[in-house]
Amino acid sequence: MTVAVRVIPCLDVDAGRVVKGVNFLDLRDAGDPVELAAAYDEAGADELTFLDVTASSDNRGTMLDVVRRTAESVFIPLTVGGGIRQVADVDTLLRAGADKVGVNTAAIARPELIAEIADRFGRQVLVLSLDVRRAAPGTTASGFEVTTHGGRRGTGLDAVDWARRAAELGAGELLLNSMDADGTKSGFDLKLITAVRAVADVPVVASGGAGAARDFPPAVAAGADAVLAASVFHFGELTVGEVKDALRGAGHPVR
Amino acid sequence: MTTDSARATAGVRPRVVVLDYGSGNLRSAERALARAGAEVTVTADLTAAAAADGLVVPGVGAYAACMAGIDALRAGPVIADRVAAGRPVLGICVGMQVLFEYGEEHGVVSKGLGLLPGGVTRLAARRLPHMGWNTVDVPPASRLLAGLPADGRFYFVHSYAATEPAGLVAAGALVTTATHETSFVAAVERGPLSAAQFHPEKSADTGALLLRNWLAHL
Repeated sequence: MTVAVRVIPCLDVDAGRVVKGVNFLDLRDAGDPVELAAAYDEAGADELTFLDVTASSDNRGTMLDVVRRTAESVFIPLTVGGGIRQVADVDTLLRAGADKVGVNTAAIARPELIAEIADRFGRQVLVLSLDVRRAAPGTTASGFEVTTHGGRRGTGLDAVDWARRAAELGAGELLLNSMDADGTKSGFDLKLITAVRAVADVPVVASGGAGAARDFPPAVAAGADAVLAASVFHFGELTVGEVKDALRGAGHPVR
Repeated sequence: MTTDSARATAGVRPRVVVLDYGSGNLRSAERALARAGAEVTVTADLTAAAAADGLVVPGVGAYAACMAGIDALRAGPVIADRVAAGRPVLGICVGMQVLFEYGEEHGVVSKGLGLLPGGVTRLAARRLPHMGWNTVDVPPASRLLAGLPADGRFYFVHSYAATEPAGLVAAGALVTTATHETSFVAAVERGPLSAAQFHPEKSADTGALLLRNWLAHL
């Protein structure tokens, strides 16, 4: 057998609450990240990702408390991203119970941060997150560009080249979030996954665009090791089990 | 075992120490062991580590850094003495790797505790780290993994592993293997010494099964 394709629900957390409405299961408090995390664990999620969407300094203490309480209530790996600027931030999150940390903007500004984190904690803790959009013609060699500010601001950085470099610098995993596909429910950006798979040997997580169970197997066929989604799970449009059934049906191993 | 049944009858939970030598997500191990029925203490205190019914040696990150932490605490002899005296020790992830004679990372060879024969080297796989839930091949006599369903999976996250089960088997160990492009040692049981390359504390119900099995024989 081989390693199973991971199905990862992602929770956007702001000031200790899940934002982007959540409407699945019959929860007493659908906005509580801890309660949702436990429900996804119960539903067979292979991993969980928390994204601290504001990541202001005021919010950090609240986020740490959420991480701590979540880590108390689940027995699967937890990744936390958002607002990580330095090695000390990683240390704080790991001590609070995170297993991996997602780094995005700070690594674009200062790529050495990747090696610093990998050297201190091992590359397995570091998920490099890329918010990617199709670039204007002639902007980048691959046709994909890294963005910041939720996809609104281009960086001119070639997304495929950045993914390759990040893996070389010590990123243990790449989270490809397609800003073009995000929220469209038209399927993952398969060209992006294929292009990054061709240049990086670390695990790749596909994100952005999932609308139906049938959208997931092509992402894996294109080279993704894991699939991440938010709204389709939160709104109860899809269950983790349905995604796994679709993957299994396409011949991919699942837990 | 007499002590097991006596303890179970008395409703006494086995006392487990998770060795805190500066590595890892110790709270996860603590919680998972408590859920499995142990009375858990996370400590750097070597007297407590020596006295516990079971000692867990965790570890994440670099082999050399973990060995440096164990050496700084002078915990190596305590671990070795426990094993020599037949007292249970469970190594997890890099905490398993340090039980071997050596570990090689980035071309640097670090001396291990030498309680298991052989070494730990980079997995001969293209896709690294090996990250995610994988199945394992369990020898029939395994106590640690008894009752595991055929499709049971554990959460792995590592780039290095022991890859020579023959030496372990020759030394009397039960070896559980897993495959990520290539076969490697996923778990070892030899007398009081148990070890897992994967993370039982992060492996949901299958992880709980392993921990309960381990606690049952303390």
